[in-house]
Amino acid sequence: MSADQTDANQPSTEPVITTGHILGPVDQIPFGEGRAFGVDGEQVAVFRLRDGTLRALSAVCPHRGGPIADGTIDREVVMCPLHQHAFSLETGCSSTGAEPLRTYSVQEDAERNIVLKYPHIRGNSLA
Amino acid sequence: MTSVLDRPQGRHAGAAPRRRLLVVGNGMAGARAVEEILARGGAEQFTITMFGDEPYGNYNRIMLSHVLSGEESDADIFLNALPWYRENSITLHAGVRVDRIDKFTKHVFSNDGRVTPYDTLIIATGSRSHMPPMDGLYTPGGSVKHGVFGFRTIDDTRKMVQHAQQEHHRRAVVIGGGLLGLEAAYGLKSHGIDVEVVHSGGHLMNAQMGPDGGAVLRRSVEALGIRVHTSSRTTAVLGRDTVSGVSLRDREDIACDMVVVAAGIRPNVDVAVLSGLPVERAIVVDDRLRVQDEDDIYAVGECVQHRGEVYGLVAPLWEQAVVLANHVTGVDTSSAYLGSRTATKLKVAGVDVASMGLHGPEFDTDEHIVFSEPSRGIFKSIVVRDNKMVGATLLGDSRKVAYLTQAYDRGLPLPEERIALLFDVGGPGEAVGVAELDDGAQVCNCNGVSKGALVAAVKGGCTTVSGAMDATRAGKGCGSCKLLVKQVVEWAADGAVEEDPAASYYVPGIPLDKPALMAAIRKKGLRSVSQVFTALAPGSAEDAKSKMGLASLLKMMLADQYIDERDARFINDRVHANIQRDGTFSVVPQMKGGVTSVQQLRRIADVAEKHNVPLIKLTGGQRIDLLGIPKEDLPQVWADLDMPSGYAYGKSFRTVKTCVGKDFCRYGTGDSTKLGIEIESRFQGIESPAKLKLAVSGCPRNCAESLVKDVGVVAVEGGRWELYVGGAAGAHIRKGDLLATVDDPEEVKVLTGRFMQYYRENANWLERTYSFVPRLGIEHLRAVIVDDSEGIAATLDAAMQASVDSYVDPWSERDDPLTPGQFRTSLPLTVLPQVPVR
Repeated sequence: MSADQTDANQPSTEPVITTGHILGPVDQIPFGEGRAFGVDGEQVAVFRLRDGTLRALSAVCPHRGGPIADGTIDREVVMCPLHQHAFSLETGCSSTGAEPLRTYSVQEDAERNIVLKYPHIRGNSLA
Repeated sequence: MTSVLDRPQGRHAGAAPRRRLLVVGNGMAGARAVEEILARGGAEQFTITMFGDEPYGNYNRIMLSHVLSGEESDADIFLNALPWYRENSITLHAGVRVDRIDKFTKHVFSNDGRVTPYDTLIIATGSRSHMPPMDGLYTPGGSVKHGVFGFRTIDDTRKMVQHAQQEHHRRAVVIGGGLLGLEAAYGLKSHGIDVEVVHSGGHLMNAQMGPDGGAVLRRSVEALGIRVHTSSRTTAVLGRDTVSGVSLRDREDIACDMVVVAAGIRPNVDVAVLSGLPVERAIVVDDRLRVQDEDDIYAVGECVQHRGEVYGLVAPLWEQAVVLANHVTGVDTSSAYLGSRTATKLKVAGVDVASMGLHGPEFDTDEHIVFSEPSRGIFKSIVVRDNKMVGATLLGDSRKVAYLTQAYDRGLPLPEERIALLFDVGGPGEAVGVAELDDGAQVCNCNGVSKGALVAAVKGGCTTVSGAMDATRAGKGCGSCKLLVKQVVEWAADGAVEEDPAASYYVPGIPLDKPALMAAIRKKGLRSVSQVFTALAPGSAEDAKSKMGLASLLKMMLADQYIDERDARFINDRVHANIQRDGTFSVVPQMKGGVTSVQQLRRIADVAEKHNVPLIKLTGGQRIDLLGIPKEDLPQVWADLDMPSGYAYGKSFRTVKTCVGKDFCRYGTGDSTKLGIEIESRFQGIESPAKLKLAVSGCPRNCAESLVKDVGVVAVEGGRWELYVGGAAGAHIRKGDLLATVDDPEEVKVLTGRFMQYYRENANWLERTYSFVPRLGIEHLRAVIVDDSEGIAATLDAAMQASVDSYVDPWSERDDPLTPGQFRTSLPLTVLPQVPVR
């Protein structure tokens, strides 16, 4: 996180916000679960927390390629179903020693669609 | 012979040639000596070659008793597996025995015909089981009779387990009531074998304690169901080709199927004797661990005699290895080994035992402080001479061991009130005991962790006991030091030690054990996982790690009153299939009792063909597994199969394996197939804290392996059925305990259901029956389940019936997904490492 805060003080060379991708109605994700989406050739797992908040992470576990969207979540973490590696939904960092997952900024728009902001800044959510 | 002599290998000009270090013996002493040498930069000085009689890396021999009792698997006890040797450039000749040493030309001769030169030699040949003279111990061919075992090596232990698990082997005699004998008896008992211990001494463990302590220990051992005969010598092993019993000197013969000889150990000195080295009771070494009058030969461990003492414990070996390494590497040539004061602290047959120095007073002026409480298995005895402690024995309560060991080792002044030696009477007590420990004092003898290392780990931020244990590996060996480790961590954290939540909580996110959690759920009328978090979790915080356990518990408690929130389920339970390494799923249709039909087989074949199923596999539970099904295809596969789920994915009742039964088998005595199908029909899909695998066998040949199932049923002659519980043959091997023998198959079903309900209500999350049954004890389970001692049988039966009644085949969700996108792919669309198609 600290590296990203430094980035915020000076203009980043990476593009910060471009257009949002509309992934369809938010109701396709049940509360407390995740679903996988293909976006520009990248796989993104979008989670809908029980309070309605959305979170988005890359969908492939860096450990052994497990399907992150099939993981169990709470408000803070998602656990990969294959070997129970845990990742912060906010930062993508693993608390179990795995490589981090990419995070994406994601929101719900007025029409109750999922909007994924992309590209992203690695390791940070832009929300 | 000289023609095969290995020549010293050529060296780069200029580089000092490394000397050749050769180690005879690859046990705990040999490997520890090498570790100490490597720690002193030995890799730069030496090319190291080791010879080991056993064809393995080196393992923790102390843990063999845990392997025997099934608490550890044999893979868990390796200290250094084969890759360690490679990583440290050590040439290991495993399974090769050294026959002779030529100390003049400096070569060793091994039984593979090899002749290996050395510059420095270390002998660490250890000990072997002592076989006392008895008639009939050996066959005429000279080998030990079939069914007689020593208890020294991993092979001994494996053979014993194998023998004990054969169904017709039910009785064992252990010769020797010392530490090893009691461990053997305890281990065999856990395989369901009736064990009798024959001990020539007047009381058990007479090398470690006096008669009063021995009597208390005997009571504790007998309470485990192990019979004990003291002052009794075995004169003969009976049986022509295989053991049928033993004869005692002045008692009746004992019939048995196996004999374990644990009558002490003898140093392995054959090589030394043959090679002309000085041997008395063992190989004679000086204070530098050098063999007497030899400049380049050292010896270490149980094969040495130092100042007249031969040790059979692990602690002296560690001390010797340090001194030896100091000299061999030249790091500290003033280092000297002056002998060890042996204080032992161990767990024997589940009883804490600590012993040091004298067992009782020797002079009139010696003080003897004794406390004895046989009903609780507690005995404490301390001998004081000139205000110094000269001996102690503690049984059943080891809380004062750290302090007493220190007082004994260092001759500390003792409290005037002697009772304070035995108990913490007011005051800071234990903490003082730990505080007085020296930083260098070794707390964990298996992994060589000192108090200082533990304290450093705590100061470095490991403020839980398990955290400090993980960081230092303390307590990860035989486990006997765990209490002391806990005390040290608590002392080092100065009261700031964090409780280990996972230790007693049913699930990590709710700070309640199972009974309290169930009571709170009932009292507050909670019906869903999210309600439980809101009402009972700190800060009402959800916890991903707790969801699956709570979902299972609530379903068990509430049956059809449970509000099912799909996000609380593990993926397997959301889509009713078992996730595989590539993110596809396995589909196992129900095949009750492993019985199928032409129609089923044809349909399965058609489905497999239609869906291009990459792997069709017969499972251990007698079913057919279709592997590699993508999630989105699951509903179609189920529809095409049109068979109910076989539950091969959940923490639930899985399957009932059966044998052919009496209709076809010419040995069958009961209709096992029918009963197995009925049990599976009744209990299909029942949730439980961990999976339940059952079996029904039609005769004691046990073709369905009923003795190693969570619940196993065996038909015996006379139309009766034996019911075993708590068996396992997976990651862990355990023979089930006999719960009951009944006449009626209906009674089998009632007791099976009642046992499983009691397990569901009382087992910890993910605790298999092989842990649950020994934790509660078969006597207790029998009292509750068979004899209804607590008057809850009817309640258990009713609760199980409610669960049975609320069964719905989960594969019926195929036509009407319960959540949007329930079967939508989560597979990353990029190509993952593919499982090969066979």
